[in-house]
Amino acid sequence: MSQYYLIQDAQRCINCRACEIACKSNKKLPEGPKLCEIVEVGPRFVGRLPRAFYKFMSCYHCERPWCVEVCPTGAIQKRHDGIVFVDEELCVGCKACMNACPWGAPQWNPETRKVVKCDYCMDRIDQGLKPACVTVCTTKCLYFVTTRDASRIQREKAAKQMAVFE
Amino acid sequence: MSKTVYSLCFMCSVRCPIKVEVEDGQVKWIEGNPHVPGIEGSLCPRGAAAIGLFNDPQRLQAPMVRTGPRGSGQWKQVSWDEALNLLAEKLQEIIRKYGGRSVVLGERANLATHVSKTFLRCIGSPNHFTHDAICKGSVNTACRSMFGYTDAQIGIDYKNVKHIIFYGRNFFETLEVKPVNFLMEALENGARITYIDPRVTVTATKAHRYFMIRPGTDLALNYALIHVIIKEKLYDAGFVERWVEGFSKLEEFMQPYTPEWAEKETGISAVEIVNLAREVAQQKPHVVFHYGYRGASHPNEIYLRRSILILNTLMGSVESKGGIFFKKGPGEVGGKPARKLTEQKDLPKVDEVRFDKVGTEDLPLPDPNHGVGQLLPFAILKEDPYPIKALIANRFEPLMSIPDRGLMERALEKLDLVVTVDIQWSDIAWYSDIVLPESIFLERTDCVQQVNGLKPQMFLRRQAVPPKYDTKPYAIIIKELAAKMGFGKFFPYETMEDLVRWQLEGTGFTLNDFEAKGFVSYTDKQIFWDRENGLKLKTPSKKIEFVSSLLEKAGYPSFPPYEPVMPPPEGQYRLLVGRCAIHTHVSTQNNPYLNEQIPENVLWINTREAERLGINNGDLVEISSSVGHGQIRALVTDLIHPEAVFMLHGFGHKARLAERCYDKGIADGVLVENRSDMIGGSPALDDTIVTVRRAYTKA
Repeated sequence: MSQYYLIQDAQRCINCRACEIACKSNKKLPEGPKLCEIVEVGPRFVGRLPRAFYKFMSCYHCERPWCVEVCPTGAIQKRHDGIVFVDEELCVGCKACMNACPWGAPQWNPETRKVVKCDYCMDRIDQGLKPACVTVCTTKCLYFVTTRDASRIQREKAAKQMAVFE
Repeated sequence: MSKTVYSLCFMCSVRCPIKVEVEDGQVKWIEGNPHVPGIEGSLCPRGAAAIGLFNDPQRLQAPMVRTGPRGSGQWKQVSWDEALNLLAEKLQEIIRKYGGRSVVLGERANLATHVSKTFLRCIGSPNHFTHDAICKGSVNTACRSMFGYTDAQIGIDYKNVKHIIFYGRNFFETLEVKPVNFLMEALENGARITYIDPRVTVTATKAHRYFMIRPGTDLALNYALIHVIIKEKLYDAGFVERWVEGFSKLEEFMQPYTPEWAEKETGISAVEIVNLAREVAQQKPHVVFHYGYRGASHPNEIYLRRSILILNTLMGSVESKGGIFFKKGPGEVGGKPARKLTEQKDLPKVDEVRFDKVGTEDLPLPDPNHGVGQLLPFAILKEDPYPIKALIANRFEPLMSIPDRGLMERALEKLDLVVTVDIQWSDIAWYSDIVLPESIFLERTDCVQQVNGLKPQMFLRRQAVPPKYDTKPYAIIIKELAAKMGFGKFFPYETMEDLVRWQLEGTGFTLNDFEAKGFVSYTDKQIFWDRENGLKLKTPSKKIEFVSSLLEKAGYPSFPPYEPVMPPPEGQYRLLVGRCAIHTHVSTQNNPYLNEQIPENVLWINTREAERLGINNGDLVEISSSVGHGQIRALVTDLIHPEAVFMLHGFGHKARLAERCYDKGIADGVLVENRSDMIGGSPALDDTIVTVRRAYTKA
């Protein structure tokens, strides 16, 4: 069952890409694959103010993952805690998952010629740590939480923004 | 074997505190030091790419001596002994013939700068300079002219700020982790940002107010803001009365500079200027007009920076919560700072004119502690004030940092000896005779970092892993060189740990005190001086000098009349240069992770102007100035003022062995003219007019 959720507070994000780089460095990835990525939408003018949306895109670790269902060799698997990961040994590089995933999470590793994807740094999780991206995020705009806490945190944030003191 | 080491990052010059996890001699993980507020695990993208640097086989691996013509890329790998013997011999020959003063040492200010200065005093040269003037010489001088303190002795209380105004200070991309997080906290508590820049940056997208100002006219905006603030009595009258020298002169001077006048010059409407002044004044004294880190845009830079400092003073936001403050040293709480080698009593004094003539009538005001590095090519080429024969560059890049690369190349040709200490193949290393590889920050302990601020502290960079290649810490390299030249006694250490212990003597702290958290504090309370009676200003009047004795004594006005900035002729633009979050100046473009993010620079040009020139997005364009030219891809966008074009600094490297970044994009230094604010000391890096046209490449 999905136990974790990674939330981004886009207002705090400054598009600096420390998350992408820490992830690649931690996973020793070559040029090309990005297991997480900030996608910049804009900037464009809204009235007289330039506005941009810096969206953290990674894997959502779906409860019913398209990638797992489409993988012909069973290389993509779901762990007891809901983390969706690739067993490299079994991956044949068919790329079916890359096509199936609506979020573009599975990435091509040109060195291993296999698919690689975010596994929430499960080796770190198992040591009681947080994923690489969340740990080093420059502005602390990424939160790694349980699914139970995720909605509460979003709600609290929204409420703070809506707050009226009269 | 695994261990945790607290240290200081050096992927840029900010020196953020870090925690390094080491396993079997390899760096396994780096994160921001969790014990430091505002850091708490965070790294910036360059910090996150540090392991990429550590493992990079393209960095310098051993001492090299040139075997072919300069810049030919023909090298012989030699032992340290061979390299340092050769260097000592060559230096001694030059000193014998031309005197110690013919040797110049330029570096990016670093923790071992006192080691460099000690070495130069040993050989009798006054010619030490840092990169500082090229970045912010005029900010330094402006601060001294107002407060008697340098910009480095002043800080900003970001956490409590209620409104902050940035002049092209691209705060969220010229990234310092701690200030960014403190300002984020302020923003979540309702603080506002006003951002003024001819170009839209990430900072602009976070701002509550944005002015796409006509490039080069910030001073006009400030004169109008000051005009409104005085006219409408929006200033902190009590503070001004108590602390300001020359307010009535300012009032008189600013009378003609109305918002309506400024509207014509800046393109910002008079109404908006008035609104900004009123809105900011409501939050005083918790407001900051950001005086800049880099302040090197215009030939009158010092006056722009002074006008910003005047605005802060009018708001009373000096030594206030959410304002600017004077950094407190250990002396405030009866502590002692770490010793520097330059404090040794029998170290020779050097009493000679500097190569840049700082401190003479020609250049009285820039800070002699840093010099004015961009004047080096003129001094070499004109042999004025005397012949310069040797250059030692310590992680300083004259070919890419000093404007007008062609001029600097011609100057280098005149030198008998060019030596570089660096961690990688910089362009100056490539043009050197001898290249000495320094261990990277993860591989060396460094000199003590004295951090003054609201709470004085000391931090330490600790060696986390042994050097991967045949490299040494800079302070050890200089010590060994000095010993070969007969000056060993002024370098009383064998290892970096010895040197740190020597520095810590008398401070009451030991090396071990840094083990637990990576730093030590002299006090646990923030120190603010009393705003009524306690400001320890260092100006001659002991006040904040709007009318500056420093300037006036040297024959310069305190308030110069505004000189209009003419729009460039058609097809020509003001070239603006700047930075991004991914790269540090000229030094990270070859890092595998950072290079993947931004491998080359592009030229931002306004959509309307591009249409007029027949340039499409992504086209190769030819860009030229009076001193150079090159080709670069165009980024056609509405996000830049029509009078300006912009490119990122740091590209166009020419050292072939830095393969990833070799010849990618162009260096702004090829195009920018070498012109300076000769009062303040900064070069005018955003003041060159360039011509842009479509490039037609040969088939």
